[in-house]
Amino acid sequence: MSSDHQPLAIRAQGLGKRYRIGEHAAYGALRDSLANAVIGPGRRLRSLLTRETHDDVRGPDSIWALRDVSFDVQRGEAVGIIGRNGAGKSTLLKLLSRITEPTEGRVEISGRLASLLEVGTGFHGELTGRENVYMNAAILGMRRHEIRARFDEIVEFSGVEKFIDTPVKLYSSGMAVRLAFAVAAHIEPEILIVDEVLAVGDAAFQKKCLEKMGHVAGEGRTVLFVSHNIPAVASICDRCLLLDEGALVAAGPVNDVVSTYQRSLYTIATRKANLTDVEHYGSGAARFTSIDLAFRGADGTPVPLMRPGGRLGARLRIAADAPVREANVALVIYDAAGYRVIDANTASAGSFLSLGAGQRAEVEFELLDLLLRPGTYLIGLWLGRGSIEDIDGVLYAISFSVEIDPEKTSHSETFPGVYQCRYEHTINIDGANAVSGTRPPEDSALPVRSDVGRTSSG
Amino acid sequence: MPVDIASSATPQPGDVSAVRVIEPSSGWLPLRVREWWDYRDLLYFLTWRDIKVRYKQTLIGVAWTLLQPLVTVVLFTVIFNHLAKLPADGAPYPIFFYAGYLPWQVFSVALTRGSGSLVMNKELVTKIYFPRIFIPASAVLGGFLDFLVASSVLVGLLFYYDIAFSARLFALPAFAVLAALAALSVAIWLSALNVRYRDVQYTTPFLTQLWFFATPIAYTTTIFPGAWKWLVGANPIAGVVEGFRWSLFGTEFQPLILISVAVVFGLLATGLVYFRRTERTFADVV
Repeated sequence: MSSDHQPLAIRAQGLGKRYRIGEHAAYGALRDSLANAVIGPGRRLRSLLTRETHDDVRGPDSIWALRDVSFDVQRGEAVGIIGRNGAGKSTLLKLLSRITEPTEGRVEISGRLASLLEVGTGFHGELTGRENVYMNAAILGMRRHEIRARFDEIVEFSGVEKFIDTPVKLYSSGMAVRLAFAVAAHIEPEILIVDEVLAVGDAAFQKKCLEKMGHVAGEGRTVLFVSHNIPAVASICDRCLLLDEGALVAAGPVNDVVSTYQRSLYTIATRKANLTDVEHYGSGAARFTSIDLAFRGADGTPVPLMRPGGRLGARLRIAADAPVREANVALVIYDAAGYRVIDANTASAGSFLSLGAGQRAEVEFELLDLLLRPGTYLIGLWLGRGSIEDIDGVLYAISFSVEIDPEKTSHSETFPGVYQCRYEHTINIDGANAVSGTRPPEDSALPVRSDVGRTSSG
Repeated sequence: MPVDIASSATPQPGDVSAVRVIEPSSGWLPLRVREWWDYRDLLYFLTWRDIKVRYKQTLIGVAWTLLQPLVTVVLFTVIFNHLAKLPADGAPYPIFFYAGYLPWQVFSVALTRGSGSLVMNKELVTKIYFPRIFIPASAVLGGFLDFLVASSVLVGLLFYYDIAFSARLFALPAFAVLAALAALSVAIWLSALNVRYRDVQYTTPFLTQLWFFATPIAYTTTIFPGAWKWLVGANPIAGVVEGFRWSLFGTEFQPLILISVAVVFGLLATGLVYFRRTERTFADVV
């Protein structure tokens, strides 16, 4: 733990956050299933009247996004936080910046803290650059007189002086980002929390911001920096925390932790869950006993991380206690909001499973061209006969995450939406072809880019 | 654990105490009034953004604040006074109506814009910490500023109809504040409920219309028999409307005003408690 003579900026002890699965879909769930439509409103109305505060997240439908995380950050230290999608990085930042409350544990923070989980929070297209600077700076915790004092400096840093009285909706996205980051770079907290915001903007401006942040760290300010951009983390941070599945798995000098991280990416290529002691529903004539996942590239070779467009192999083991006749085996993928994204089953492909008592079966699915968006997904399993019988069901058997493919993404901003597909586009200006491209690019045409100096073509 | 606080900068928003402790909360939670004060500039900017954005890309801008109530007065005077011949407690119908419509506007903003405000500002709620109460509060404040502008029409009508001035007029600002508090209490309740139950946003359009006709704006409470008058008082904005008329025209002081005052403070207190209890999970649920 900490040495006695070094002042701490942050001390986290046993920090945990539990979310209800499908939390974000709670209000939309009415239309999702008939069952919910019948049970939902009554239950919710009752919970309102019994003064439940809606944050009761116990029960099988909840997952720990973060569990038992303890660490200290010294004053003046720059600490990086790395880990795969869904490892709990963003949750940790949200807890530290008080956006949401922990389910357990505590954090002590000494000093003024500002968090940048997004560039340009509160930016409004109808307002001018000047108005947005004031608005955004106030949201980040600056007082009016402070903003006034630093206004010219902010505008100069952004390089959009000429357009400062133009509505931001007329800015290019690059200009808006630069202005927003300029505001962020000029708040002067003692502790600065930054999440991935450097992933936007052009290379030259990214570099300028990295320098500004390095400068900030050099001034004795404490910086917590979350990024997928390992070289950026390495250039700014002294120390690094590695999160995996909500737990803190490594902490120490950047280089050590980064290499631990990179090694861990390969060991998780195959993932397995034992299903004997999780919650099942159904008659129980047969039970799912385990699931193994294998991540593969589009060509079928094993890969360390699941990327959009890859293949997902799933091997299910089933043990029958009683005879099962002509059953359908289904593998369902839910997104983090609880929406059913994919339902792969044997019946649709024309095959059914029949087992005698005591027999065991192994069912393998290979999902091809899985163009899921980056994020965390849950897999549910079901064995049964149409609407006649649920033999066995596991609502959430295992989770996996689809990672952003940095080499195929020229703009790392994430866009909303459930599904992505490959697409082509062309832009014609004055009748002449200016831009055309395919997304994601074909493997053969893969542009080789370094991670830091990535330019967006916009 | 020694904590060096000597080097910390001058007090800033978010710097309420030298060491901030973040942990799960439960039970009765204190209102963080001190924090509201520290963040007061943000309330100003949120209100200011609300107003700015509302009138951007309009031809006549803030003039809408005056035009809207003026047109409404004309419409209601024609329909309810000339056609339906509703009584107006002896006052000329246009000013009788306007004295009720003006505070109602503050309240209806709370019902319409206030109730959806937290969901509308989702991107702020999930990305940054600040006192969440500022979101519904800024919507109400924006409506209150409209009210101040639209009050000039009332002043004009007072002169036009040559209404006698009296000492009761000094009570008017108090009723204006009561209108704002009534609006705030409803905005706090509905905005927090709407975070979890989107049913609220589907209900408010009807609710607003229904509430308008349930409030003695186009008509007078003298049409109600005694017992019903008390029920009218349960409507927080009804007392404000009656209060406006009492201080402007010296209509009979209705005891229902006092009931409304109690209802407003009751709603405000419970609303603050509910808001405080649920705000810690807004970012997870919205």
